[in-house]
Amino acid sequence: MTDFIQYLLAGLALGSIYSLICVAFVVVYRATGVVNFAQGGLVVFGAYSTYQLIAWQLPFALAVLLAAVVTAGLGLLIERFVLRRLVGQPVFAAILVTLGLLFVLEQLCTTIWGYDLRILGDPWGVRTWRIADVTIRVSDVWTIAASVLALVSCFLVFRYSTIGIAMRAAASDPEAALAHGVSPQMIQGIAWAFAGVLAVVAGVFIGAGSRGVDLTVSMVALRAFPAAILGGLDSTEGAVAGGLAVGLVEVMSAAYITPNAPWLGANVHVVIPYVLMIGVMLVRPYGLFGTAEVRRA
Amino acid sequence: MSLALRNTRLTTDYADDLVLFRSRPAQAGALLLLLGWLLLPHLLGEYWATIFVYAGIASIGAIGLNLLTGFAGQVSMGHAVFYGIGAYGAAVFADRWGLPFPLWLIAAAAVGGLVGGLVGPFALRLRGNYLVIISLGLLVIGQHVFENWTGVTGGLTGTAVRAKVAIGTLDVSALSVGGLRFSRNQGYLYFVWGMVALLALAAHNIARSRPGRALQAIRDRDLAAEVIGVSQVHYKVGAFVLSSGYAACAGALYASYARYVSPLDFSLFLSIQFIAMIVVGGIGRIYGSILGAVFLTLLPRIIESVSGTLPFVSADGTGRGLTVQSLNQAMFGVLIISFLLFEPLGLAELWRRATRYFKSWPFSY
Repeated sequence: MTDFIQYLLAGLALGSIYSLICVAFVVVYRATGVVNFAQGGLVVFGAYSTYQLIAWQLPFALAVLLAAVVTAGLGLLIERFVLRRLVGQPVFAAILVTLGLLFVLEQLCTTIWGYDLRILGDPWGVRTWRIADVTIRVSDVWTIAASVLALVSCFLVFRYSTIGIAMRAAASDPEAALAHGVSPQMIQGIAWAFAGVLAVVAGVFIGAGSRGVDLTVSMVALRAFPAAILGGLDSTEGAVAGGLAVGLVEVMSAAYITPNAPWLGANVHVVIPYVLMIGVMLVRPYGLFGTAEVRRA
Repeated sequence: MSLALRNTRLTTDYADDLVLFRSRPAQAGALLLLLGWLLLPHLLGEYWATIFVYAGIASIGAIGLNLLTGFAGQVSMGHAVFYGIGAYGAAVFADRWGLPFPLWLIAAAAVGGLVGGLVGPFALRLRGNYLVIISLGLLVIGQHVFENWTGVTGGLTGTAVRAKVAIGTLDVSALSVGGLRFSRNQGYLYFVWGMVALLALAAHNIARSRPGRALQAIRDRDLAAEVIGVSQVHYKVGAFVLSSGYAACAGALYASYARYVSPLDFSLFLSIQFIAMIVVGGIGRIYGSILGAVFLTLLPRIIESVSGTLPFVSADGTGRGLTVQSLNQAMFGVLIISFLLFEPLGLAELWRRATRYFKSWPFSY
């Protein structure tokens, strides 16, 4: 039972990181109609820039804040100089460009920071709490808390701020939004900046504690794809639900399936979310919360 | 007018339209290619011969992906999996079952095609972004199977392959024709590029006949295509079967040539390389895939040979500086982005523009 509670917390922590990444997918998808493969690159860049700022003796909170500004700026630059030129091109061109961006961003990070694992220098490190018999990693609790905070503020921005309303308007009817003076370029830029901010939060919590920061941090974003698809690419609620579900499934299957079924392979928990995704796709092609696309000839 | 058209003959009937090399320059070019095929194995050293064999193998895979992406409009990140299935297929069919040469190649390609056909139903239900991520899932699952089905694949330690390309006494790896003896590399150069020519011709003929037009109709607007009687079930599944068959054929040739395969050979990066090849070479052009494959196979080697003189590259990955592998990945990314931004039709379009300039000289259009 204590084991189960520990796994539950670890799963929720991993799930909230996935949720952060998935909400970033959704924001960019709704603004541009493109699934953003470069998100992993932003995540790893955000983690490294936080590490760098902490290494320069900045306090942790300030470092995260500054890294968020820098990474949001990077997102803006990508939108302005790369994605904006692709307007009017087929969707697959934009998808392939974000894929190319992933490789460029990853190697940009190795150019600056090299290949060694860097310890992030977060205030939690490897500390744990013991409540009754349950051992809880402090960073897991902070991950969940900070993700909830980040996601709730996201929802508030989407629901009540002028920018959020403009973004939703542009997503639901681009032409009507344009007629009301909403600039699609501005919306796309903001979406990419948003993706940058969320990438920093995700990157910091992936790299926290003993995990450290290296290039494999960006792989976590690839693992978040099944979560985004499960929830539906155009639904923020779905992104959160999908992220939590996949995080839990991954941790639980690592804990219960891998030891009991060694013939499935050592890291089958990495694959199970994808199998789950493919199963759901066959039944609901637009995810659990997504809206079906209307097709006209 | 007569000046402008001196190199182009207008087609007058349907049979004329089917001629592969119509104009004099095109015929001369085909002759040059044939000459190159005959002579190149003797002009290249062992090192570059190896690289051109790999370029040929990559061309076959790229042609397959181009049929799927360029003609049917389906983006797939799972191409590496089918390539891997072909490679392990060669190991199983040639070494375990002891099938002779053409049979193991055909069997490996067929298994790849069959597995590719299983993706078809997803392509019928999903489009665009969703399908890309399903194919990413396919890649992850495929890699997991390659790493863990040790009975067939040897797991992470990989497996040795002895699949020989030999019919009777005619062995490609020890070719001798009338007193002339060829090295293994030379033999494979002849064989692989012969296969490239054959499969490119097949793909070209598919692309310009009824199935090719059906695929392009689906790519441009699938609902409209269905309305005019193009069966999506038939052609989308067909496109996946064909494309994965090409990939598996390339993978089987790779295994036979490299004599050793491991799951690390079939990673996400391989899929990206194939995508980069068709983007750089020219989406929707068969000869573009070959241009792209040759260009992108040569490029890392060229980078490698000049890496000593580049200040930001370190050979061994220690200390500061990029490894050559990292530089390659960044280069592939930059190439994909810049071609899609500035020349979406790739090298093939540059080539077409250049030839058109000479065709219509001295008029610019």
